[in-house]
Amino acid sequence: MKTDVIIIGAGPAGLFSVFELGLYDMKCHVIDILDRPGGQCAELYPEKPIYDIPAVVSCTGAELIERLLEQGKPFSPSFHLGQMAQSLERTENGHWRITTDVGNVFEAPVVVIAAGGGSFVPKKLPLKDIERFEGSSLFYAVRKMEDFKGKKLVIAGGGDSALDWAINLQNIASHITLIHRRDEFRAAPDSVGKMRALVDEGKMDLKIGAITEIKGQDRQIEAVTIKPQTEDSYDLPCDHVLAFYGLTMKLGPVADFGVKFENGLIPVDTATFETDLAGVFAIGDINIYPGKMKLILSGFHEAALMAKKAFTYVHPDKRYRFQYTTSSSNLHDKLGN
Amino acid sequence: MKIYCTDMDGQTQELEATEEWSVMEIIREGGINMLAQCGGSCACATCHVYVDPAWKDKIPAPSEEELGMLDGAFEVTEDSRLACQIFFTKELDGLKVTLAAGSI
Repeated sequence: MKTDVIIIGAGPAGLFSVFELGLYDMKCHVIDILDRPGGQCAELYPEKPIYDIPAVVSCTGAELIERLLEQGKPFSPSFHLGQMAQSLERTENGHWRITTDVGNVFEAPVVVIAAGGGSFVPKKLPLKDIERFEGSSLFYAVRKMEDFKGKKLVIAGGGDSALDWAINLQNIASHITLIHRRDEFRAAPDSVGKMRALVDEGKMDLKIGAITEIKGQDRQIEAVTIKPQTEDSYDLPCDHVLAFYGLTMKLGPVADFGVKFENGLIPVDTATFETDLAGVFAIGDINIYPGKMKLILSGFHEAALMAKKAFTYVHPDKRYRFQYTTSSSNLHDKLGN
Repeated sequence: MKIYCTDMDGQTQELEATEEWSVMEIIREGGINMLAQCGGSCACATCHVYVDPAWKDKIPAPSEEELGMLDGAFEVTEDSRLACQIFFTKELDGLKVTLAAGSI
């Protein structure tokens, strides 16, 4: 796919970039590993209030994202969700090529890295020698429900993902044991009710405790060791383990793009928010410069200045014309007003 | 006023503590690179610490929200807390905490 600008990260900084770039006729493709836009606002605090967005006295993380999407709508950005930007290369004509982990390829003269704290990935159990089971009998997500057919399955966690899958895989797995550290669940009350009913009917087991070891041969799990809070540990035989401990942010492949990093952050020129690679910009929580404050507010400012420089790469033959949205009929047309 | 923070290698550091600051902020300000991904809004579990049992009674009990977030932490014990939810007061001068799984 060829476009004007590839934005990595659909958090507030990435979404506001769509607007700022759009005003100056730059079309955007936005890539994000989450299956919905919003980044940290959507994943960490959708229900929590934000009080420091200028002229918005208070809004939740989810509301802010909704409004940013609305604001960017006139510019019809293309979203490529549930995938991770995996590599960055120069093309023969001096543009940039981004390839994602599902094999999508994008080319553009400008790349904006608005990746915040990195990619949201599942938290992995911090146990020894369990990598060998990953993908064959230890999973952190369900790709195909059929993978669990006829299996003795252990599901770990106490949130919505753990309970939803414990309920949905009920008729597919041969047996399910749900393991959680305490007998309280933060999942939706309806799911908790359904899970409790299945346990009461003897269709599913619930064990309270922590998984302290996963045992098996080669890549095949044979048992998990469970440690209840006060009693002794015991082994529970099983074929597959599905672990849901939420997501965490990991820098991921962006660290190997060839962009200069310092202590996990990308240094930028504060006039343009360009990195050490021409045409590659970094805005929002992922960049660093003297005085940097990790605020959504800063990401917005950075997006505006980035767009001005990005214009020179996307439209090298045109003159950048600074205009106000208040008075420019040209901008009004673009915004559909 | 001070707190004492022991890292995963067992090294203890004395950190300058400020009233009303969260223990997470005190740890970070003291130069320990704690993850604390959500920045202190009780929305992740990457400031997980163990509070020395001797101090337990001096700290308000965790909220439901904090207990829910601890579900996403590993190696949780009855001493587990999220450092961003413990606010420093004069009474906590000398508090001892140990960094727990997932906090670095």
